[in-house]
Amino acid sequence: MSRQGRLAIFERYAQRWGPFWNLFYRFGPPRWSLLLLQNGWGRNLVIGVPYLWLTLFFLIPFVIVLKISFSEIRIAMPPYAPLWEWVGDTAISIKLNFANYRYLFSDSLYVSSYLYSMQVAAISTFFCLLLGYPMAYGIARASPAARNLCLMLIILPFWTSFLLRVYAWIGLLKNNGVINNVLMALGIVDQPITMMQTDFAVYIGIVYSYLPFMILPLYTNLEKHDPTLLEAAADLGAKPAKAFFRVTLPLSMPGIFAGCLLVFIPAVGEYVIPSLLGRTDQLMIGRVLSDEFFANRDWPVAGAVAILMLLMLVVPIMLFQHFQGRELRKPS
Amino acid sequence: MTDRRAEKDEPWKDPAAQPYIAIENVTKRFGEFVAVNSVSLKIYKGEIFCLLGGSGCGKTTLLRMLAGFEKPTAGKILIDGQDMADIPPYERPVNMMFQSYALFPHMSVYDNVAFGLEQEKLPRTQIKQRVGEILGIVHMGDYAKRKPHQLSGGQRQRVALARALVKRPKLLLLDEPLGALDRKLREHTQFELINIQEQLGVTFVVVTHDQEEAMTLASRIGVMNRGEIAQIGTPRQIYEFPATRFVADFIGSVNLFDGQLVEDEPDHVRVRCADLPAPVYVDHGLSAPPNAQLWVAIRPEKITLERAQPGATDNWARGVIKEIAYMGDMSIYMIRLDSGRQVRVTQANIVRKAGEAFSWEDQVYLAWDASSPVVGTG
Repeated sequence: MSRQGRLAIFERYAQRWGPFWNLFYRFGPPRWSLLLLQNGWGRNLVIGVPYLWLTLFFLIPFVIVLKISFSEIRIAMPPYAPLWEWVGDTAISIKLNFANYRYLFSDSLYVSSYLYSMQVAAISTFFCLLLGYPMAYGIARASPAARNLCLMLIILPFWTSFLLRVYAWIGLLKNNGVINNVLMALGIVDQPITMMQTDFAVYIGIVYSYLPFMILPLYTNLEKHDPTLLEAAADLGAKPAKAFFRVTLPLSMPGIFAGCLLVFIPAVGEYVIPSLLGRTDQLMIGRVLSDEFFANRDWPVAGAVAILMLLMLVVPIMLFQHFQGRELRKPS
Repeated sequence: MTDRRAEKDEPWKDPAAQPYIAIENVTKRFGEFVAVNSVSLKIYKGEIFCLLGGSGCGKTTLLRMLAGFEKPTAGKILIDGQDMADIPPYERPVNMMFQSYALFPHMSVYDNVAFGLEQEKLPRTQIKQRVGEILGIVHMGDYAKRKPHQLSGGQRQRVALARALVKRPKLLLLDEPLGALDRKLREHTQFELINIQEQLGVTFVVVTHDQEEAMTLASRIGVMNRGEIAQIGTPRQIYEFPATRFVADFIGSVNLFDGQLVEDEPDHVRVRCADLPAPVYVDHGLSAPPNAQLWVAIRPEKITLERAQPGATDNWARGVIKEIAYMGDMSIYMIRLDSGRQVRVTQANIVRKAGEAFSWEDQVYLAWDASSPVVGTG
């Protein structure tokens, strides 16, 4: 509403309601909305909501976990000693216990679990990229109708339970499962191939489950590419493969980066897939974490495992973003 | 400038001259739509040939077929005697400057320009030397390390030009080369383009919808309409002797009248137009059947305004000034004739004082030379 319009309403009502309207208009709701708009509070409000959300449901729980990771185990409820205690009436004693962290490095179980998780996540991410890139590229180049259909097909598996889909893989991979039965019926193998409880099964499960998270950011990036850039490359003498590696691939780096993060980070902490399909002699860190927490009821060590995992994931990413950020933020 | 060049060499007038680019009956269909309809063209070495036409006339499709991005549905394209049918874009001796420039955003100016030479697997020192050379020619030597987004529109245009020229193509294709530049920069760049072309001796094919651009750049213009070539000629020919009504109307501003042939002699014709009080007398013959329906085109600058009735019986009209647009160097008058028809007249403002100038609602007589009108049947 224009300023004049507002003034006209104000005057009309002021005549009828006199001082009450005056007070209402000056200090009541009409003025609040104006203040919101004029001082940019509206924008702050909008930005504030996700911040509030992250603070409540991410930052505070994180601090609690951090706190627990520095405390001592205790057979009690809760199963850890408080971090600080009143000594007499006037002093607080804070006891930071680093033993949990030292323990993680003293027992090879944890180190090998961390390394194994990283390895599984890295290899799965690599195969996701290898499979997802051509798919994203194909979708981005398809006709609009085919494009929508393909995107729908990518998202479709999310309509079924994740757990159910992983169970389905057991039915496919197990010794008397679909794949082995078909192979034996065709006479390609005499004995069933052991696929369950192997690294292979974990890779299959993770690649299958996380492929959409690779394809979607890649698609978003590739779809924005200007096709005349490839024409220009061809015009300057670059064959299609060369043009791809010199033009399309470098320009899709932000999409590759986003897709790899979206696959790698959850894959490191993946719990369900390795539990159902994976090896029993080598655990992933998500399984270790849950065992510490539920089976051993050792909350401090579980907290330390979680914090260390977070650091191992976040610090390299933050460093990477620090160096890449300037390049990516540049307007193009 | 263009005239001087045109007089210097006019290979298209020599029937024995070998065309450098020969487009023979080329047709391009997209589904049902015919983008280019049986076009034949001969372009000679060292020319700046402009394909001029409105949007959707097929000029860009023709250019893309020269570059190899589209395959002709029918017909042949020969460059320097070589049939281009099965040669992919990356093997053609042709480079293109794209309308959007299509600079690689992740590469510096130097890398953009060097890209084409790297594909030829030239030694690094030679690449460096040739990139430096061409960046000097387009005055971008100081910007080699910049990324495209750090450049202004005019600078990007120069880089695009350098990138296309550095491979020393036999043929350079330019798609609306000056479209994205502001007026001052355009004029400057036009002359620079001509200088570079003369310096390097590359054959240019330019696509544009801007007739001013075509007029200044071109040695010859091919006017296109609905996938067909309407006329090919020097800028002067196209402007002064349009072959069809479409070309007369499309190029520059023009007053078009419909008329009927009343007198057809070897040395002159007389046409009677419903909108004009006197017959139009043209000082050349025409081969048309008697009483043929004709169009008559008279350019606004070829009409003079007078206060007194001209003595001649032909080539005049009377009207009232309805609009005056003062442009500085000249004024545009919109005059309503007695018949109700609006006519556009431009007069150079030779005298500085405003005393003698025509004013709104003045009654004026329009007159023109017998050599001015263009008549045609098509």
